[in-house]
Amino acid sequence: MERIKEQVVIGKTHGLHARPATIFVQLANKFDSSVKIEKDGEIVDGKSIMALLSLGVNFGVEVALMVEGDDAREAMDELKNFLKAEDKND
Amino acid sequence: MIKIKGIGVSSGVGIGKVLILRKDEFSVPKRKISHDEISREIYRLEEALMATRKEISDLQKKISEDIGFDHGRIFEAHYLVLEDRVLIEDVIKQIKVKKVNVEYAFSESIKKYVDTLLKLNDEYLRERVVDIEDISRRVLRAMLKKKTLSLNDLKEKVVIVAHDLGPSQTASLPKDKVLGFVTDVGGRTSHTAIIAKSLGIPAVVGLEIATDNISSGDKIIVDGSSGIVIVRPTEKVLKEYRKKSTLYTKEVKAIHIPKAVKVCTKDGKAIVVSGNIELPEELSLIRKYGAEGIGLYRTEYIFLGRRDLPSEEEQFNSYSKVAKEVSPYSVIFRTIDIGGDKFLSQPEVPHEMSPFLGWRAIRFCLARPEVFKVQLKAILRASVNGNVKIMFPMISGIEELRQAKTLLDKCKKELSKEGKKFDENISIGVMIEVPSAALTADILAKECDFFSIGTNDLIQYSLAVDRTNEKVAYLYEPGHPAVLRLIKKTIEAAIQNDIWVGMCGEMSGDPIFSFLLLGMGLDRFSMSIPQVPKIKELISNINLKDAKAALQEALKLSTSKEVEKYLQGELKRILGDDFYRILMI
Repeated sequence: MERIKEQVVIGKTHGLHARPATIFVQLANKFDSSVKIEKDGEIVDGKSIMALLSLGVNFGVEVALMVEGDDAREAMDELKNFLKAEDKND
Repeated sequence: MIKIKGIGVSSGVGIGKVLILRKDEFSVPKRKISHDEISREIYRLEEALMATRKEISDLQKKISEDIGFDHGRIFEAHYLVLEDRVLIEDVIKQIKVKKVNVEYAFSESIKKYVDTLLKLNDEYLRERVVDIEDISRRVLRAMLKKKTLSLNDLKEKVVIVAHDLGPSQTASLPKDKVLGFVTDVGGRTSHTAIIAKSLGIPAVVGLEIATDNISSGDKIIVDGSSGIVIVRPTEKVLKEYRKKSTLYTKEVKAIHIPKAVKVCTKDGKAIVVSGNIELPEELSLIRKYGAEGIGLYRTEYIFLGRRDLPSEEEQFNSYSKVAKEVSPYSVIFRTIDIGGDKFLSQPEVPHEMSPFLGWRAIRFCLARPEVFKVQLKAILRASVNGNVKIMFPMISGIEELRQAKTLLDKCKKELSKEGKKFDENISIGVMIEVPSAALTADILAKECDFFSIGTNDLIQYSLAVDRTNEKVAYLYEPGHPAVLRLIKKTIEAAIQNDIWVGMCGEMSGDPIFSFLLLGMGLDRFSMSIPQVPKIKELISNINLKDAKAALQEALKLSTSKEVEKYLQGELKRILGDDFYRILMI
């Protein structure tokens, strides 16, 4: 079981508010690992849309992504890439 | 203690606990649960989430099929909410720790998140809030449907407080559990007002901010006579109002219900006093209160709160039951009067800027003959089961009346062909509620059998007052000289053309105005049923010549206030203080 923590700067224009939040939660739920996001000392469950939305993650903000589980590496790579990337259509 | 002043629309004093009814047709009850009930409540949560997921997936399928896959994606966030572990755990925690029912726990959790999201003040988040609220309403609905935690299960009586109550909402409330109504919007003739009055439940409307200041469970006093609402009253005030409430009940009982259905003035003119019916449940009241038949049967209710249209057979059965119930007295069926604050889920009525001036009532019916004809045929067929008359609402000129009559003739021919029986000579009436109809009453009178003056709309149209706009509600004045002139003109046209004329608006149930209307020569009054005994008692104590003399004086006055004050003085003089006081409750 692996435990990884990495810093990410949000590349999504609208932050993690609109569809990106939805997609992030969908992605996170694909993995067995637990996914947590930390912003300003507050840590929420990255698999919960309600929790993620109430964190209020805007564009350009730096957050810590914490992943723990057997597929942690894989999950971290995919989620991190998603957060960093700019929006395509949404 | 907070004291708020609104418009008192149904007399009496109601004292009890508040139940806030939100816009959707359900409320979220708070109930303490025992330790043993915890697992059942959690099971109900899972059940409701599953049911809602199914609902959303059906909806999504439909939308995807209709407009393409991309739009079906709008429900993705909905699914995530339904599967949200944090939310679900929070709800379960509340059920376990606070020992509350699942609906309450769920709505509180949602509220917490919504509040947080709104605080972040972000327009994208605001859209998510809309999603979250939408989905939570669906879940709550699923919960409330599963377990019958409807208002019918209320253990204690409550005072209903709401922003607004739709007609189907008000209609479905259990009457024996409601002590009073309080609403933010609405005027003297809103549906809440009319229904509350019909049911004899105290009501105050047009409070503007009621729901902001009142919470479920608050103690509240509703004084429907003065329009005063007191939230969280002190013990002293409570005592005072309890006394008032007892006094009121006693005084109401002082008006005895006469055995005779027929009534005439002191000097012998026969007057018909009948009842208005809004809901089938009110039918039994017709006999109870000694009303001479039904002067206005609102048929909308058979169309409300359903997805399909009622068939001819269903309508026929419903109307026949009414006709039989009131026989040998007559019933006037008013044809579909949808639009405005009434609504029909199907056929769908498009959004309008000024619904009261829009596509409604006879305008809608003439445009949708396939809907209208079903009703006309059902009423025609019901006419063999009693004394049935038919009335068209919102006629604004002779052409609409002619078109409606042509359709009625067509229906008669079709029924004859089908070998179905009906009254060939069914009376056809026009509801006079548009000023243009009142002004051309002499033209209309030549082509119909009777008039019925609908004052609620006539007043709002002639004074240009939106009856649901609380800001202008004060302008709604039945005694306005313009209104009196229109009514007088209508009655005169009817008398000259030898057709009969009645009134079915709230005005005819008001003692001072019924006195005035007697003077104008009106001989049929129809009103909300509980008013019937009072008005009959009044009529039997009035000489027609006094009413005529009062009319002459009242017509000289220039404002509604002057008219009302004068009429009050006259009635007091004629009837004596005691009788007058009882009458005016």
